[in-house]
Amino acid sequence: MNAAEATVTKAVPGMKRAIPRVSRFGDRAFQWLTLIMAFSIFVLIVLIGFELFYGARPALEKFGWRFLVSSTWDPVNDVFGALPYIYGTVVTSAIALLIAVPLSISTAIFLTELAPLWLRQPLVIFIELLAAIPSVILGFWGFYVMVPWLHDHIYPVLRSGLGFLPFFRGSDNGPCILSAGIILSIMIIPIITSVSREILRSVPGLQREAAYALGATRWEVTRIAVLSYAKRGLFGAVILGLGRALGETMAVTMLIGNAPYVGTSVFAAGQTLASVIANEFTEATDNLYSSALFEIGLVLLGVTLVVNALARLLLLTFAGPSVKPQQ
Amino acid sequence: MKKNSLSITAVSALILAMLAVSCSKNSGSAAPAPSGGNPSSGQILINGAGSTLDYPAFTKWFEVYAAMDTNVQFNYQSLGSGAGQKQLLNQTVDFGASDAPMTDASMAGAPGKILHLPIVGGGVAIVYNLPGDPKLKLDGATLAEIYLGTITKWNDPKIVALNQGVNLPDLSIIPVHRSDGSGTSFIFTDYLSAVNDIWANSVKKGASVKWPAGVGIGAKGSEGVTGQVRQLPGAIGYAEVAYADQNKIPYAAIKNAAGQFVLPTPDSVSAALATATIPDDFRFSIVNAPGDKTYPIAGPSWVLIYQKQNGDRGKHLVAFLKWAITDGQKISQTLDYAPLPDALQQRELKLLDTVTY
Repeated sequence: MNAAEATVTKAVPGMKRAIPRVSRFGDRAFQWLTLIMAFSIFVLIVLIGFELFYGARPALEKFGWRFLVSSTWDPVNDVFGALPYIYGTVVTSAIALLIAVPLSISTAIFLTELAPLWLRQPLVIFIELLAAIPSVILGFWGFYVMVPWLHDHIYPVLRSGLGFLPFFRGSDNGPCILSAGIILSIMIIPIITSVSREILRSVPGLQREAAYALGATRWEVTRIAVLSYAKRGLFGAVILGLGRALGETMAVTMLIGNAPYVGTSVFAAGQTLASVIANEFTEATDNLYSSALFEIGLVLLGVTLVVNALARLLLLTFAGPSVKPQQ
Repeated sequence: MKKNSLSITAVSALILAMLAVSCSKNSGSAAPAPSGGNPSSGQILINGAGSTLDYPAFTKWFEVYAAMDTNVQFNYQSLGSGAGQKQLLNQTVDFGASDAPMTDASMAGAPGKILHLPIVGGGVAIVYNLPGDPKLKLDGATLAEIYLGTITKWNDPKIVALNQGVNLPDLSIIPVHRSDGSGTSFIFTDYLSAVNDIWANSVKKGASVKWPAGVGIGAKGSEGVTGQVRQLPGAIGYAEVAYADQNKIPYAAIKNAAGQFVLPTPDSVSAALATATIPDDFRFSIVNAPGDKTYPIAGPSWVLIYQKQNGDRGKHLVAFLKWAITDGQKISQTLDYAPLPDALQQRELKLLDTVTY
């Protein structure tokens, strides 16, 4: 990717000279137009943030920071706290990443490095098809097919085999935090896989050739020349997937069991920030109640921003000399 | 460079102008005045919003009523009871519909007096999934304990005592509740509050409540609850009778205030509407109503209108409501709604006569 960017910047001065002077007005107008478009995204985000903040003000004033650490969500008595929902959002997304990252990156490596050429295109098409399935359809499938199957065949095995861990104990419902994490992983696999594939494809062939020339095996070539070169890009792909997992609503609402929960068991029913909004906003008659739901939206926006910021920080620590792409 | 910064100023000015326009538009739409009026066809458009429970009844009524009054056209958005109340308060609709009565606090914020008109009755069925689909009998105390998490097995002595001769398995009970705010939850929790003191003092009643921690799971919508119950052996849930019938899930006979076990049917819910004590403002509850034939977990759904109506539109709306409360009941009955008893119909017509234009 970096290499591609470099070629573009180099090409630009030459292109400018090639354009005849007459069209300068058109050029400027075009520049303005794209600038407005780019700006409008910024304005949109600021407006959304402001609206959420404005709507959440009564709850912000009443609960302050306690909103983030309190586990009570009681619309009848007007007491609201978001901790179980923050917990549910973070844990389901973490489970999704735990499953999806190894799967997606191995798939991407297979597709770019190992698969025979005739197999690559069909596989890519299938992965893109998976990305095109609307989340409500995945939710339906999860509700009627995946969860009952997991409940009958996989969860009992986990329970008896890994029951000594606190994660695999507790209630036996079917819809639970683990089920939601699994459906999320299915939803983010195509995103992480296609972006990773593009990243790996952009690793210059010279890297590989150099490693082969040093007598590296195929695995060593992949590890030293390809993966370490592409590390930052792959990390970016994972962050894209995480972004979707954090905000995903419909399929999660259908499979998570919708009961506020903070604890160690992945078999317990949970709830996420997005699912509580989807569940409750239609009947939120009371002012403070709907304002608390606005604040949940604000928290979700905040969690997304924090996770993205942390990811970028982590990315900076990667930037050792060995990884920096050579120009 | 200089030119560049100039153009940036111009652009930001433009964006500011766009913002200003969009903001002023926004404040304009927040102002009252229900839209509609007279479109080119000369028809009056009356807007309503609210309860999803009422939606099938309204759709059918509008269809039949269209032939009786061609000057008026109805539009109903089934956004949920909460949205119905909110839109009525904001005066963005001509009428709201709600499965729970409005509270004094929310009516205090209204620009005028709001009338509650019971429009249909509905029963809430207790559905379950047990091997062999036995016919169950339950009472309020047992139901409350199941949802409080103090009864956890199907072969609990309290359930066995109510169901002599039924072979109840040693299976965990998974109580399923609505995860979304819902009038059905309101009726159900209203009932549990009426029959169980612990419930009345801890969880209380509401369209969304704080369900006892660690007990069971939540599912979205009545179809979510019935779907979940059908999936999970040992599950118990509550849903409108129509959903239980459509999904062919067995539902329990519930012990009423007179000690009889009754199934939810339009007749048993109507019986509850007839025997309940109904105050003049029509904000009432019919859970656990007296009488041998009453089904105890039931409730009315209300249409909400302002007492001061807006001229011609108001007259058309009131005429429609009068029809729906009387003749319309035969039509809604075909859709599994419980019809309003005659005495209640007469009282509501009297209330509608107090509307001013």
